Amino acid sequence: MTLLNISKLYKSFGGLSAVLDFNFQMEERELVGLIGPNGAGKTTVFNLITGIYKPDRGEIVFRESDLVGMSPYNICARGIARTFQNIRLFNDLSVLDNVKIACHKQVPYSLLGAIMRSPAFFEGEEQIEQEALKYLKVFNLADKRDELAKNLPYGEQRRLEISRALATQPTLLILDEPAAGMNPQETNELMQLIEMIRSEFGLAVLLIEHDMSLVMGVCERIYVLDYGQIIAEGLPHEIRNNKKVIEAYLGEELN
Amino acid sequence: MQTKKISWPRFLVETAVLVALFTLVQYGITTRMLDQYVQINLTSMCINIILAVSLNLINGFTGQLSLGHAGFMAVGAYTAVILTTKLDYPFLAGLVGSAMAAGLAGFVIGVPTLRLKGDYLAIATLALGEIIRVTLQNIDYINGPAGISGIPKLTTWAWLFGAVVLTIIVVVNLVNSSYGRAIISVREDEIAAELMGINTTKYKVLAFVIGASFAGIAGALYGHYFYIIKPETFNFMKSFDILVMVVLGGLGSTTGAVIAAIFVTILTAVLQPFPEIRMILYALILIIVMIYRPQGLMGNKELGRQTLGRIWGIRR
Repeated sequence: MTLLNISKLYKSFGGLSAVLDFNFQMEERELVGLIGPNGAGKTTVFNLITGIYKPDRGEIVFRESDLVGMSPYNICARGIARTFQNIRLFNDLSVLDNVKIACHKQVPYSLLGAIMRSPAFFEGEEQIEQEALKYLKVFNLADKRDELAKNLPYGEQRRLEISRALATQPTLLILDEPAAGMNPQETNELMQLIEMIRSEFGLAVLLIEHDMSLVMGVCERIYVLDYGQIIAEGLPHEIRNNKKVIEAYLGEELN
Repeated sequence: MQTKKISWPRFLVETAVLVALFTLVQYGITTRMLDQYVQINLTSMCINIILAVSLNLINGFTGQLSLGHAGFMAVGAYTAVILTTKLDYPFLAGLVGSAMAAGLAGFVIGVPTLRLKGDYLAIATLALGEIIRVTLQNIDYINGPAGISGIPKLTTWAWLFGAVVLTIIVVVNLVNSSYGRAIISVREDEIAAELMGINTTKYKVLAFVIGASFAGIAGALYGHYFYIIKPETFNFMKSFDILVMVVLGGLGSTTGAVIAAIFVTILTAVLQPFPEIRMILYALILIIVMIYRPQGLMGNKELGRQTLGRIWGIRR
């Protein structure tokens, strides 16, 4: 079944067309990469999918419902979660609270219950805490639960961001340059982690990445974006040898 | 923050401390050991605590800079006074009515303005606070600029103490819950919060309405203690006074707001005998505090275990 189907998507900022006639399909549990040179419009596509921007035209159909015009929290409720190119954690809050916030959409007690400290509140808080810890454990962050997010080293902040996104229980996880700023060792670990969360949580993963070893290593299918348009689509080895892609990245050959 | 379960021994101890504090002051008032002057300052202190703690929910925890808190206080004061003096309802009804009216005003103002951010929101709330004041000035039913006088003195120590405790319990319990975390996430990063499934508009309005309701209660208590209310009392300088307490205490710290409210009230009282230099000294002290504690007295931390904020007995 098609999980995400984007057709004829357009978005311009003033005179600049950031996304032009963007078409894209993704199946359940698929691991797809979106690559392209800087300024190609990759992050804009992510912002359109997650509702931060409204497209000028086009359709974004996720599990048979059109996401266009929906607010980001509604899109999140339908099962899309994401991370950011420049990490956006809740910096002054603890690691645990960061993940707990993502669990809020399943909050098991009422506002009045919280103010009155009803038994349901204490049960619910316990439940949320266990849930949040579950996601922290996957990323080996459980022992850092009380640290402030801003005090974590960079690689851990990246992992915390992914675990926070997972805590919203998505069916599609969107990762915006998850390996940015990581060394080869960390990138390698991240690759395994992405594979692992996909199989463990049964998710589809869509990722933007510049690190070609990561993209070629984990993605089943790759889309290449340049100047807001898909210029190539296919399996990793096809993309590697695609003339258009090489041109987009390296420029044309001179005769 | 962990909130596991009620610790009954702690709950009992804290309740006992509160009852003792209440009884002690009540004893002082009944036996006239605390004179009129002390009582007036005590009343101001309690009203300031309610105002500061409730504004801190909006400015400190939700991160929405609101400068219209005195406006909600005015709505509450007028609603309560009309209910008790003109319509002969009991004081409790006046208090509940004031909270509801101010909360409603907060909702009506909050829905359109809370889509604004930062300084724009500050200016919009400042303007709306002034609109409330000017509107009150132009209603003949409540004597316009002259205000309503001869209000019976219904605000007693019991009402003040109860209102302060209620305000702190509601704010602290709200903040330390999943709903509170949602509110705080708006302050931390609105876009990230929205993408994590938080309906940020809903939680901004929620915090605004709760904050406004308590400002309304503070207004009702004020009106029924100081005999007279007039629109001028609730001008934007009053809003600034409350903001000063919140910033002084530390944005996002309820204990900070309480301490700052007490501090500012005492400072104002102590400087009373020197009217010529009072405002200069007041400003100077604030500047010195802000130089040495730019994050406010408490930063965004709460005082340890034994503070008022933990009255409900939560084990941490």
